[in-house]
Amino acid sequence: MNSTKRSASKLVLMTCGMFCFGFALVPIYDVFCDITGLNGKISGPTFTSYDQAIEIREVQITFVTSNNNKMPWSFKSASPQMRVKTGEDYLMNFTFKNTTDKPMIAQAIPSVSPGRGARYFHKTECFCFEQQFLKAGESITVPVKFIIDPELPKNIASLALGYTLFDVTEEFANLQALN
Amino acid sequence: MKINLKSILTIILGIFAPLSFSAWSDINMEPGATQLSQEIFGLHMFVFYVCLVIGVIVLAAMAFILFQYRRKEGVKPAEFDDSKTLELTWTILFALILIGLSIPATKVMIKAYDDTEGEINILITGHQWKWQYEYIEDEVGFFSNLSTSLDKRNNLAPKDENYLLEVDEPLIIPVNTRIRFLITANDVIHSWWVPDFAIKQDAIPGFVNTGWTYVSEPGVFRGQCTELCGQYHGYMPIVVKAVSPEEYASFIIGKKEAKIQQALLTEKLWEKSELVTIGEDIYQKNCVACHQVSGAGLPPIFPALVGSDIVLNGKERQIEILMEGVQGAAMASYAEQLTEVEIAAVITYTRQAWGNDEAGDGRIVLPKEILDYKNNKL
Amino acid sequence: MSAVIESNHDDHHHGPAKGFSRWLYTTNHKDIGSMYLWFSLIMLFIGGAMAMVIRAELFEPGSQIVSPEFYNQMVTNHGLIMVFGVIMPAFVGFANWMIPMQIGAPDMALPRLNNLSFWILPAAFGILLSTFFMEGGAPNFGWTFYAPLSTEYAPPTVTFFIFSVHIMGASSIMGSINIITTILNMRAPGMTLMKMPLFVWSWFITAYLLIAVMPVLAGAVTMMLMDIHFGTSFFKAAGGGDPVLFQHIFWFFGHPEVYIMILPAFGIVSHIIETFSRKPIFGYSSMVYAIASIALLSFVVWAHHMFTVGMPIAGELFFMYSTMLIAIPTGVKVFNWLSTMFKGSLTFETPMLFSIAFVALFTIGGLSGIMLAIAPADFQYHDTYFVVAHFHYVLVPGALFSLLAGAYYWLPKWTGHMYDETLGKTHFWMSFISVNLTFFPMHFVGLAGMPRRIPDYSMQFADWNMMVSVGAFLFGLSQLLFLFIVIKCVLNGKKATAEVWEGAKGFEWTVDSPPPYHTFSSPPSMETLKA
Repeated sequence: MNSTKRSASKLVLMTCGMFCFGFALVPIYDVFCDITGLNGKISGPTFTSYDQAIEIREVQITFVTSNNNKMPWSFKSASPQMRVKTGEDYLMNFTFKNTTDKPMIAQAIPSVSPGRGARYFHKTECFCFEQQFLKAGESITVPVKFIIDPELPKNIASLALGYTLFDVTEEFANLQALN
Repeated sequence: MKINLKSILTIILGIFAPLSFSAWSDINMEPGATQLSQEIFGLHMFVFYVCLVIGVIVLAAMAFILFQYRRKEGVKPAEFDDSKTLELTWTILFALILIGLSIPATKVMIKAYDDTEGEINILITGHQWKWQYEYIEDEVGFFSNLSTSLDKRNNLAPKDENYLLEVDEPLIIPVNTRIRFLITANDVIHSWWVPDFAIKQDAIPGFVNTGWTYVSEPGVFRGQCTELCGQYHGYMPIVVKAVSPEEYASFIIGKKEAKIQQALLTEKLWEKSELVTIGEDIYQKNCVACHQVSGAGLPPIFPALVGSDIVLNGKERQIEILMEGVQGAAMASYAEQLTEVEIAAVITYTRQAWGNDEAGDGRIVLPKEILDYKNNKL
Repeated sequence: MSAVIESNHDDHHHGPAKGFSRWLYTTNHKDIGSMYLWFSLIMLFIGGAMAMVIRAELFEPGSQIVSPEFYNQMVTNHGLIMVFGVIMPAFVGFANWMIPMQIGAPDMALPRLNNLSFWILPAAFGILLSTFFMEGGAPNFGWTFYAPLSTEYAPPTVTFFIFSVHIMGASSIMGSINIITTILNMRAPGMTLMKMPLFVWSWFITAYLLIAVMPVLAGAVTMMLMDIHFGTSFFKAAGGGDPVLFQHIFWFFGHPEVYIMILPAFGIVSHIIETFSRKPIFGYSSMVYAIASIALLSFVVWAHHMFTVGMPIAGELFFMYSTMLIAIPTGVKVFNWLSTMFKGSLTFETPMLFSIAFVALFTIGGLSGIMLAIAPADFQYHDTYFVVAHFHYVLVPGALFSLLAGAYYWLPKWTGHMYDETLGKTHFWMSFISVNLTFFPMHFVGLAGMPRRIPDYSMQFADWNMMVSVGAFLFGLSQLLFLFIVIKCVLNGKKATAEVWEGAKGFEWTVDSPPPYHTFSSPPSMETLKA
């Protein structure tokens, strides 16, 4: 009977282990995405210098701004597209406008496509993962500064930087209420 | 037993004899309109034939065994139960076949992942339950809704060839141009599929996915949403029209002019009847799914508009609902999807239809009021 | 109350109690096995009724009998019920009946846990089905419940759905713990692992798969629950989460789950083919290794369900190659079955007919699986009826046919009565014809471009869909015949002998039909199998 107990408890332990593993998949996935650029969410490691031997080339950058469901703000980049040289600093302005008559908090979530290009898209200044708090009718212009890594694979000639604007007023209000 | 089987077969044949299965395109993929789709079609046919040959060999061998080794008087079954050489042989054989399949598959895969420049970039956004197209360079865009009438869907009118595959405004692209699609979604996950381009790309909220195409002949290409996205998942088709570059250019100019025109429209003086006519059309396209043609809705999820206090009195709340949506309910914001004129018209329509004009204050809403709302002056 | 427990305690030594308490309190593997089998049969008819609604709606283009919203509820619950309420519990029922008898054990190792793992199952499905009567309706987001459709955009009943999935998972996990423990500790002396019957082997591996992935599913639904009610952002992009992560976690569970539903079928079919070929199974050890390698591979192929989410090319290629690898052990199994029949002395009783159909039609399902594995081609197949055809070919003439074959094979043993062979064969031919009529044309409409999970379709798909619907109605009807056959067999079938089938091997054929309430109070000897 003892051996039965032993096998059963080992299996129970395994079950608990796999339950935890399910949750561990969340950070594992993040790490995996960091390495592979799987979901286009990361920006490459801080960009310092690059091998001068690599040829400088031109890349087409497309800026995409979209609002998530029920988000009434207007949200636009200063221009939809630009051509950039790899290894040089560039800046693009994004304008948020709260078109409603109440104060709101919004958050823009970035995404780079194709995903495997994400790690070569270095944002040196960005509003990613920052909330924008705007009063009724207020508007704000925020820059994104970026450098395209010269090591960007040859067969990627164009990158798209997308921002999706989410209304996080409620979530954020809840957070503040908690604090 | 025999009579049973025979009668079953007769019934089956009887049912299907009148059906005609003529077109090849009814039973197989089509080569499509782009080089990529044709290569994928070729790959599909190659893999299909390999599988067909394997299938036929296995099933024929099986049929032979079943017939040959059925129990016979005086024949004893063999007793072998193992043969390492035989097992090793077919394991290696399977591996070789798979390698043979994976080589062309890898080649086509690499072609499908082409990230060279797009001459025209189009942003595709999936909404519950329609597609939005924006021409990024030209900063014009529109929504594309199913245009099949409810009568057809409810079997009250005859269905035609493009039943459920037709939209009010197709996506227009020029031929002989490299077009890059940037695909995202506004609410839940959708998937943009045009079989003739061999593009099937999930549209995921918060993500931008890429697809590209290069069409060399003008034509109309139809597709559908392929990711379950809620109740009207089956009713958000895609129609792409490839036209000559000249035609495309005039289409874009037209769109830009319409955009300017739109701004003018909002300043014009409107008649009630004009608004009601436009509003009814908008209502049929955007609202009937939930609020129904009769305005009775499907309570409790989709409230009735007939006799609703919001629709009868004080138009401010109704404007707000149209512009902001309702938090925690199915009602979405239409601020981005409809023009000022359209929103004003559809509100006016609901306040005039179904006897609401008698029961309520019957006030009309002007496009200007919507513009004002947008500009926060209300 | 105490009287009941006492009498129950006594029965433990002498035989079953009378009335309902026998079933409620039973710890006997045969009673529990029967309950599992009856439960899954009932669920088969409920899930089948939903399939009938789906096919009625799709009989012709145009809105037919239900609203698109209710159609989605039907699609979702048909999937959930068939997977978690029919195929899985039915295999557990077989495991309960047959594993102790095949390894010469008196009962399962953990009999009380066994009782619990069955009885929470009706509760789980009671909860799931009760959502049909709640405000907002039943789950409508597909059995794969992708976020955010199943979180932010779900009907309020999603919480009940999550609770119900938790209970189903708990039931499967407890069942698996029991099965592994039984196999590890209660085999007859001399029965080494590599002498175990293949059904036992297949369940041994399946149970490990269940323990590995059901907790991950539980984790996934827990994350959903937290996103919905506690403000976390596992799958919400706005809070830094990722809806694609849901798909990764789901399919990390989901793909092994697919094999959970087919591996025990391999075991059952191997026994039946061996018996009716009157020849030992060909390549026993490679059969075992094939099952084990399919199980292992199932952990590294999950993203082939997600070729269109926008993975980098390296990911696409990796999952394409790993998926193709699965064809090797699967092919080995098919060839081994054919070699078992080769030079045998074949007879075609109902279990054998179902098993032959299994091998043939499973091969078709496997070949369409290879086509689906080809990532670039999958861009065209993904989420069309081609996929629906593929997985129904492996689950209906695959898993379900093996269950029917197993039921006919062991019914005489379980009940002590023979079933009606003529009716059995009629049932087979009706099922065989209608299953192909139902699912084969789905390949065509899928390739022609019909997406799955749509309540209405364009005119070009009309002819084939009508044929599919007629096939489905006929298939549904055929299964009512099965119910009749089972009831007839239980009530007044001919008396069955202990051996039942000429040439059947294994401990279960050495005991009476039906076996005594407690079999093998002293372990049987391996010698009895030699003859």
